[in-house]
Amino acid sequence: MTLGRISLVVCIVLLALAPLTLSPFRLGLLAKYLCFAIVAVGIALAWGQGGMLTLGQGVFFGLGGYAMAMYLKLKEAGSAGLPDFMVWSGVEQLPALWKPFGNPVFALAAVVLLPGLVAFLLGLLVFRQRVRGAYFAILSQALAAAFVILLVGQQGLTGGTNGMTNFTQFFGLDLTDPNGQRAVYAVAAVVLGVTFLVAKLLVRSRFGRLLVAVRDGEDRVRFLGYDPAVVKTITFTISAVMAGLAGALFVPIVGIISPALLGIVPSLELLVGVAVGGRFVLAGAIAGAIAVNYAKTLFSEDFAEGWLYLQGGLFVLVLVFAPKGLAGVVESVRYRLSSRKQTPTGSGSGSAPVEVTA
Amino acid sequence: MSALLEVRGLRVVFDGFAAIDGLDFTVEEGELRFLIGPNGAGKTTLIDVVTGLTKPASGSVRFGGEELVGKREHHIVRMGVGRTFQTATVFEDLTVVENLDLADSFRLPLRSLFRRRRGVSDAVASALEVADLTALADKPAGVLSHGQRQWLEIGMLLVQKPKLLLLDEPVAGMSRSERERTGELLHEIASTHTVVVVEHDMEFLRKYARKVTVLHQGHVLREGSVAEVQEDPEVREVYLGRAKGKAVG
Repeated sequence: MTLGRISLVVCIVLLALAPLTLSPFRLGLLAKYLCFAIVAVGIALAWGQGGMLTLGQGVFFGLGGYAMAMYLKLKEAGSAGLPDFMVWSGVEQLPALWKPFGNPVFALAAVVLLPGLVAFLLGLLVFRQRVRGAYFAILSQALAAAFVILLVGQQGLTGGTNGMTNFTQFFGLDLTDPNGQRAVYAVAAVVLGVTFLVAKLLVRSRFGRLLVAVRDGEDRVRFLGYDPAVVKTITFTISAVMAGLAGALFVPIVGIISPALLGIVPSLELLVGVAVGGRFVLAGAIAGAIAVNYAKTLFSEDFAEGWLYLQGGLFVLVLVFAPKGLAGVVESVRYRLSSRKQTPTGSGSGSAPVEVTA
Repeated sequence: MSALLEVRGLRVVFDGFAAIDGLDFTVEEGELRFLIGPNGAGKTTLIDVVTGLTKPASGSVRFGGEELVGKREHHIVRMGVGRTFQTATVFEDLTVVENLDLADSFRLPLRSLFRRRRGVSDAVASALEVADLTALADKPAGVLSHGQRQWLEIGMLLVQKPKLLLLDEPVAGMSRSERERTGELLHEIASTHTVVVVEHDMEFLRKYARKVTVLHQGHVLREGSVAEVQEDPEVREVYLGRAKGKAVG
């Protein structure tokens, strides 16, 4: 516990020091990793705690991202103008779907409610029918594919394959100015902190215990008088909202939102970090997401081709040799150290973090 | 009408095979009833139907006058029907206390589930004691022995305060001392609850059973006291003809 506290303080200090030490370019990259870390917290909840292997988080990330992008585009275009990409695609009048997104309150609410609502309805439908395991995973992946096709097909509405770019301001912040970028970074760091805290409280609550019970014995939970579909739907919704928030922050930080960021492959990439870091431990998932995305940047700078192979290899290695990820490795090392201190004979009846294949 | 559970004309079909065929079965309030029969007699299937796990082809299951057929599992639990399983299933990653606490909390409104558990409720504390697991309260349930898991499961059932308890082979695979402990536990429980026990163990049956229902090929063969049932030639034939020499099961 104390080790956890210390690492938490260290992380907060590092995140606070980053704007002072990193170049604006590097800080922007870190802010991008933080967005992925926010998604990772949601995945760790749904997958690690709830056993729902969600391969379509890109959809919720995208819903949040597009909602934010639409607002920012409208804001830039002013009261009479049209967003740039609409002009290029020959749209002459603002589509009705876009109109409410000119209102910042509506847009911010949509960032949360849109992914939340989609996940809620989908969850209700799917989990009540007792779709789970690989079937749920495939379904969520198909959703990501369908979402991308939808976005690409609606050129005039969504910017098509190109998506939306050229964001210069974010709620009064100048995104081209280092100070504005620092402020956006700070917002991402705070949102990550809040997300982590909410997830932590959820995991520790009775609901969190119930979620683990649903993961390990969904059918048994029914005979305790609970409806597992409700538990799973709520968790899936929360995880989708987190992805939506991350998507909304991604837009001002990276300056683009496009279908290429949301499809099957990016959705899987969101998962890799969580698997590497350890899906059962929230902090592990965050660390994994940041580390894997940092590695991606590092490798793509030097040899872009190699990264995909490395990422795939990393994923397989972790799943085979450390199914609990880095957090699991840390845990078992800590356990071994502490048990050596207490009982030299070892073989205690304690709660050994033995690798269990679920 | 003091019948707590009334099963009438029940028929359950699996792939064309009638696992239960025209079964009538009644349990009065406050009873301790044993359910025996050779393999495939339909004992577990009957419990599965009552608890909503299996849907019958026809027939009715009334609990306190209310129809259970067609209700979802967790609704039936909420109406006051609790069960255990042949292989005790507890949540291994949760501690013993957490297992019991989840069982205890199912009546809480959803929003209070989002709060953290503070301490141990009286019901959980007494279940810990009854199940003899107080010393292991904060251990993950994964480390428990087979017998302890069964007791934990019974404890989880007790904290739910069901009106009817259905225990599916509670002493299967237990050592002699564990069996005795379970028998005592069963007696304690039966003094305040209505209990139906599926059990194969004859010794256990002789010691603790009052009224016994013998199932055979999906219907009721005999019903009566242990002695009556044991004397019955038809029951003997069913048992000896099918499982000669070895312990039934």
